[in-house]
Amino acid sequence: MLKIENLQASVSEKSILKGLNLTIKPGEVHAIMGPNGAGKSTLGHVLAGRDGYEVTGGSATLEGKNLLELECEERAREGLFLAFQYPVEIPGVSNMEFLKASVDAVRAHRELPALDAVNFMKKAREACKAVNLDQQFLKRGVNEGFSGGEKKRNEIMQMMLLEPKLAILDETDSGLDIDALQVVANGVNALRSPERSFIVVTHYQRLLDYIVPDYVHVLADGKIVKSGDKSLALELEEKGYGWLEGGAA
Amino acid sequence: MTAVSQHSAIEQGLALATETSVNSATQTRAREAWAQSPWPTRKTEAWKYTPVKAIADGDFIAPPATTPITEGVADIYAIEGLNALDLVFVDGQFQASLSTDLTALPTGLSIIALADASEQVRSQYFNKAAGEHATLFGELNTAAIREGFVVEVAKNADIKQPVHIVNIATQAKACMAAARVLWLQAPSSRATLVEHFSSREGSTVLTNSITELFVGENAQCNHYRLHLESEENLHIGGVYSQVEKNARLNSFYLAMGANLQRVDVVTQFEGEGAEAINNGVYLPRNKQLTDFHTCIEHKVPHCNSNEIFRGIIGDSARAVFNGRIHIHKDAQKTLAELSNKNLLTSEKAEVNTKPELEIYADDVRCAHGATIAKIDPLAMHYLRTRGISKDEAQVMLSFGFINELIEQLDNEAIVTYLRPVIAGRFAKDPALAEHLLTPIDEH
Repeated sequence: MLKIENLQASVSEKSILKGLNLTIKPGEVHAIMGPNGAGKSTLGHVLAGRDGYEVTGGSATLEGKNLLELECEERAREGLFLAFQYPVEIPGVSNMEFLKASVDAVRAHRELPALDAVNFMKKAREACKAVNLDQQFLKRGVNEGFSGGEKKRNEIMQMMLLEPKLAILDETDSGLDIDALQVVANGVNALRSPERSFIVVTHYQRLLDYIVPDYVHVLADGKIVKSGDKSLALELEEKGYGWLEGGAA
Repeated sequence: MTAVSQHSAIEQGLALATETSVNSATQTRAREAWAQSPWPTRKTEAWKYTPVKAIADGDFIAPPATTPITEGVADIYAIEGLNALDLVFVDGQFQASLSTDLTALPTGLSIIALADASEQVRSQYFNKAAGEHATLFGELNTAAIREGFVVEVAKNADIKQPVHIVNIATQAKACMAAARVLWLQAPSSRATLVEHFSSREGSTVLTNSITELFVGENAQCNHYRLHLESEENLHIGGVYSQVEKNARLNSFYLAMGANLQRVDVVTQFEGEGAEAINNGVYLPRNKQLTDFHTCIEHKVPHCNSNEIFRGIIGDSARAVFNGRIHIHKDAQKTLAELSNKNLLTSEKAEVNTKPELEIYADDVRCAHGATIAKIDPLAMHYLRTRGISKDEAQVMLSFGFINELIEQLDNEAIVTYLRPVIAGRFAKDPALAEHLLTPIDEH
């Protein structure tokens, strides 16, 4: 599904990713943990194609396609989804208009027929329900005045509608209470399938009780310094990152 | 050209002698004021960024007295669902055939020509709100009135149908069309005024429009002013209001038309407990220039004003915003807020904004601010990570920025009318606005 080899990237001429390797097969869930400043969020932004994140070496392919030469929106249409750590507010554009534009663009690229208004609304309502967001949120401005938890649930709702091949959740659990965390986790788990993969970036082992990963990686100083199964997350919770090669204290 | 000859050339072109007499003393004074006002230059503070060379060079004449073309004009100004009482002017001339029958208006509403108004209306209200605040072009308007109308709303009347005053420019000759509205709302009445300026293709008219709003005690006025002329026209206008005790004035301005648009908006609180919302949008493109000079006169205590103007300036266009809040010595407990935000969508676009607070009372709450920015790159990125193209994202973000004000308007028909007008402004390809304009069935 995703193959990252020796990926190097810098922001404002500061080197952040320093030779990162990661291979994800269809259906797998990989958790990425690591100290602050290790490059976890940068990885998501680089893969999603954010301006200002310069790739200085290495490669990243999604199902064999070179992600790095695609425009940001083309990556999304190819099936990459990034749930933002801090979703952006866009007042004046309703969630519904935004979602329809997004779903239409992605479906057109996949040569699927456009959803008519009735079917779109049906799906949007189902997605709202799945993440426990009132349907009124569809009419409101994109993320406008949403609480932190509502924004995160809105991200998961978008993911449900876009049905990506690979979803990257960038600290989607940060700042959520346990109830909201369960809602988010249920949303993710409902989408798990043999064809869909996830990268779950998190600071907290707690999330991984609800979204059980196949692999856990530790990212430190721009590289993956240790990989293991879900038990690694528990070990990290107990010991911190200091004992790892290249890990910060 | 010297100042004197600019004035006299315009006077000659307009043949000022043919004016309608509404109040001869006031008009004589206005004519003197016009003649004595120096022609604006870059050194004239109120016109610093707004050159009026096009007017000086325009050789404007009065619109020909022949019957203007009215065929097809009705399509230009129709607003579906507005269910309005139309008052239609073509090149400044009243068109009874296109207008509502003025002898069969709803109870509590009367509309008559200024020249036919009562002596009391002409002496007590005509030019009273504009008066000292008028620009030299306002003075010219007062001096040279041809067709002006008085709209009167009776005490306690609640007029559901908006009064839709339409000015259509059609002449291909350079002519100056004057428009004058005197809006008088008696106490505890409620009414809606929609001032709508549009044009036929190929017209090159200078519109000089003055509107005076008198909102009586405890009355409510909802006021819309839409400038939608094509870009070959010019527009100099002013809206001057007096808001009485416990009254409420909600105004919304949209400036999209004409190559040069200058609007002076002066809102004066005359009685305690009054409120005003003064919002506006300007969207100049190509080589257009829009200039809003607004002033809220807090003369008395306990009044609230809230003003939000937003602009998106593209291509080589320019915008000027000068928003003043003037809190007089006795106007304690005033609440006044003013915000002006601008988006520049081209390297050559320019905006000059100046919010001004002038406070002489010591117990007031005021806030003012102005910003100039480009489209937020993070918001752009967010939309693109959802598969939305850069072009469509740009349209959505521009529209959203303006739509925040549109969605606050309380007239559904106007909102429905304006959405495609505004989205279309940003979408070079109509498909880019499709998602903003396709209603999604909610059932």
